[in-house]
Amino acid sequence: MALADELAKKQRSISVAEFFEKNKHMLGFDSPTRGIITTIKEAIDNSLDACEEAEVLPDILVSVRKVGGDVYRVVVEDNGPGIVPDKMPAVFAKLLYGSRFHQVRQTRGQQGIGISAAVLYAQLTTGKPTLVISRTDAKSPAHKMTLVIKTETNEPEVLSHEEIDWVLPHGTRIELEFKSSMAAKKKMLEYLKYTSIVNPHARFRVEIDDESFTFDRVSHDVPPCPVAIKPHPYGIELGVLKRMTAASDLPLKEFLIESFSKVGEKTALEICAVAKLDSKVSANKLSLEQLNPLLEAMQTVKIPAPSALQCLSPITEELIVKGMEKEFQLDFIKARTRPSSVFGGNSFIVEAAIGYGGKLPVEGSAMLLRFANRVPLLYQQGACAITSAVSGVNWKAYGVSQQGLPMGPVLILVHVAATNVPFTSESKDAVASVPEVEKEVTLALQELGRDLKMFLSRRDKSKEQEDRARAICSVIPLIAQKVGEIVERPAPDTSLIEGRIMRRVVLKKGSSAGKILIRVDNYTTKDQEMALYDISGDSAGDATVPPDFVTEMDGEYTKIWKRLLHSGDNFEVTYTGAGGGIVDLQGIAENLKVVVDLDV
Amino acid sequence: MSEPNARDVATTKRLMEIAQVWYDQMGAGDVPSITLPTRTKYNLEFNDSSEVWTYGSKESTRNAGTAKSAVHMLKMAYVMGFIKMQLAENRSSTLREMYYISEGWKQAKFSAQNESNYLVEDLEIITNLQREFFHMRPEEDGASIFGPIRVRESTRRGMKEIHCQDDVGEAGYHIPNNVENVELVDHDASCVIAIETGGMFSRLQENGFDEEYNTILLHLSGQPSRATRRMLKRMNEEMHIPVVVFTDGDPWSYRIYASVAYGSIKAAHMSEHLATPAAKFVGVKPSDIRDYNLPADKLSEQDVAALRAELSDPRFDNDFWRKEINLQLEMGLKSEQQAFASHGLDFVTKEYLPNMLSEMGVLKR
Repeated sequence: MALADELAKKQRSISVAEFFEKNKHMLGFDSPTRGIITTIKEAIDNSLDACEEAEVLPDILVSVRKVGGDVYRVVVEDNGPGIVPDKMPAVFAKLLYGSRFHQVRQTRGQQGIGISAAVLYAQLTTGKPTLVISRTDAKSPAHKMTLVIKTETNEPEVLSHEEIDWVLPHGTRIELEFKSSMAAKKKMLEYLKYTSIVNPHARFRVEIDDESFTFDRVSHDVPPCPVAIKPHPYGIELGVLKRMTAASDLPLKEFLIESFSKVGEKTALEICAVAKLDSKVSANKLSLEQLNPLLEAMQTVKIPAPSALQCLSPITEELIVKGMEKEFQLDFIKARTRPSSVFGGNSFIVEAAIGYGGKLPVEGSAMLLRFANRVPLLYQQGACAITSAVSGVNWKAYGVSQQGLPMGPVLILVHVAATNVPFTSESKDAVASVPEVEKEVTLALQELGRDLKMFLSRRDKSKEQEDRARAICSVIPLIAQKVGEIVERPAPDTSLIEGRIMRRVVLKKGSSAGKILIRVDNYTTKDQEMALYDISGDSAGDATVPPDFVTEMDGEYTKIWKRLLHSGDNFEVTYTGAGGGIVDLQGIAENLKVVVDLDV
Repeated sequence: MSEPNARDVATTKRLMEIAQVWYDQMGAGDVPSITLPTRTKYNLEFNDSSEVWTYGSKESTRNAGTAKSAVHMLKMAYVMGFIKMQLAENRSSTLREMYYISEGWKQAKFSAQNESNYLVEDLEIITNLQREFFHMRPEEDGASIFGPIRVRESTRRGMKEIHCQDDVGEAGYHIPNNVENVELVDHDASCVIAIETGGMFSRLQENGFDEEYNTILLHLSGQPSRATRRMLKRMNEEMHIPVVVFTDGDPWSYRIYASVAYGSIKAAHMSEHLATPAAKFVGVKPSDIRDYNLPADKLSEQDVAALRAELSDPRFDNDFWRKEINLQLEMGLKSEQQAFASHGLDFVTKEYLPNMLSEMGVLKR
């Protein structure tokens, strides 16, 4: 007994703030390097969610500055709807306090932990309070507060509070100071870049020490804000049902119709019948013995899937493409938004995109960008169901080599939008394995894979044509020359062959005896507007046809001739020079032109 | 160096005719092209009159419509130009020399030695002339001969008459690379034994097999050169000496025999000039491995693949070879010529060869 008394002295409740102070890694604050990214991510998530709700185009400023030693100040400022002064302390300095936890709709933040955890992390590493400024409209003043979390109670403490003048008519600014390092600067910029891809309506201005970057918006439409829907009967568990019935004063049938989505008169009656319950009984009178069959009935009766249109906000194919094109140079990009689907009563939509070629690295595995509810997932790629779905696709069938992930200059984007994303942990790094989600990812990628294969085979075909064209332009004249030499006659004119075979605009540049000859033949059936660019060390002062423009830079002359070339016509110019450099035809489609430097 | 002779003039004319065809094609706006017989085993046909295997009617056309073929034809044009010049200047060169000369041909430069070989063979086929007509000297000389035959060779230092037993050392008489410069004077031989390995050649020499049975020993040294095959053919046809081939007992050696007797796949256009249809195969046969209980190695995967390939090679499409090759596949074994040493050093000259050659009816005692 005495021992139990001893022990009883030590037994007390743990506040959630204390818990997470000890278990920072669960929330993505494993290390100082990662802490800085998590902080920015949580603040930006809140800003984007708020702007979406207020239907404003987000303008977000992110600033990271060293303030001494290994202490950094992170500032995130948005032009969102702001937060009323009464709520500011709890929003920023109380864990598990939020507006989106109890709603069935797609949001970035959900648990009400993220930003408060950042505040906790700041006071843990530097002891500094967090400064928050927020303003709700142009008529009210802005409120400035400094906040800390009382960890033992998980309650906010306001150290100072004043009303101030502020430049923004509405918005929120948060400033935190904590110990960190800039080792992950590249990753931070990656995170911002990816965020801007999936939030094409937002603009981010970023200042890191003395460098500044801008990720601009490509869309000026605010995406429709997802509307909360009632829970779907398929996604309910007994405890929740018990709580809902207890709080209701309606008869069972009405309770079912009122509390759940997709349940109408007919369905409600059917559920009652299957559960062998009277539809007129008061919901709050139901015993646990009756709730069990009721729950079973709710999940066996056929009920249409929850409507995804209102509660989800897919990026859309067009905007994914725009976002990707903005940040990557690609030869091929295609996106696919799948129809909505359901797992465990939660609606979700999978979107995917594949980019190919351009400036993507040719060696190594494909780049995989994972997103959940428009938030980039940067960590634990290997533990993510998205990754395993990507690896599960047979990429060889689409002309891409594969070692687990596809290999080569491939970029894969996968976005899972759901009313409740099945993350593997609170830090929201990876999506848990849910067969329905993985199947949708696979289907989206297979559809895109087919498009990619088309592109690749077309590209190979045009490469073949290019190859053929090069042969005709550079090798056949040489054969003609040699054959002429053997039969002791002048070389045959090969332009006939070129024209017959190619049906393209052919530019040939070659040198002989100190003279440079450039000739363009229009073998197509249409007239062509061309701009001939010739960039080399030759000034072409004695050109037989003077260029329309000449500019000189560091001893390189850019000479431009602009002409309308009628079908079947040609253009020739000769000048004295050494040749070399670059020659190109602008204004003519890639697949209609052949450019050959005969000296190379 | 002499004046251009009639043969060189005719050769130059042939080359110019081919070039003229391309010239006219291009003048008419067509991509130049050449048509050649397909050079694979699937396009070998037995020529009843000459009894050798030559290319059949399967043809492939190369035209300059792709970069690869265009470059190939460009190289061919350069080779023709080079040969034309060589004939005009009455010079000669080896394939290897031409490979190095091509360094200066820019785009027409050869990527490897065998590419130049292939091109010259193509030209032989198109012109229906041998490479000697192009003044292209083969790289490798012929092999050695040791036995009762007298030859007269016109060398750069004048005529020399040589008896291939009395006037030569242990290495024997060396066949020059242009066999046309050799006159076969007389002989006292019952047959020619063409031997694959140097070791067996020496064994027969040491055991006096050439004297005891009046045989001419000829060392093939691997896959025989053109000169060696030409020499065998001439000894067989001009002097009516029977030819037998004695190799190791493995698929690669059977191919050596096939190229001697039937003509090679790569140069089937030269078969009538080089192949000796009357040449017979002595061994080592798979049945010898079994009957003489010879020490043997296991067949490797490549060996098995080569044997299977031979089953679909028209040159081996007869009862003897089908039986022997299937037996070998069944046993999974191969033996070398020198495996006979397991029965003693004299076994091959006292027992095996006399028995085999008597059976074939080629031995005179």
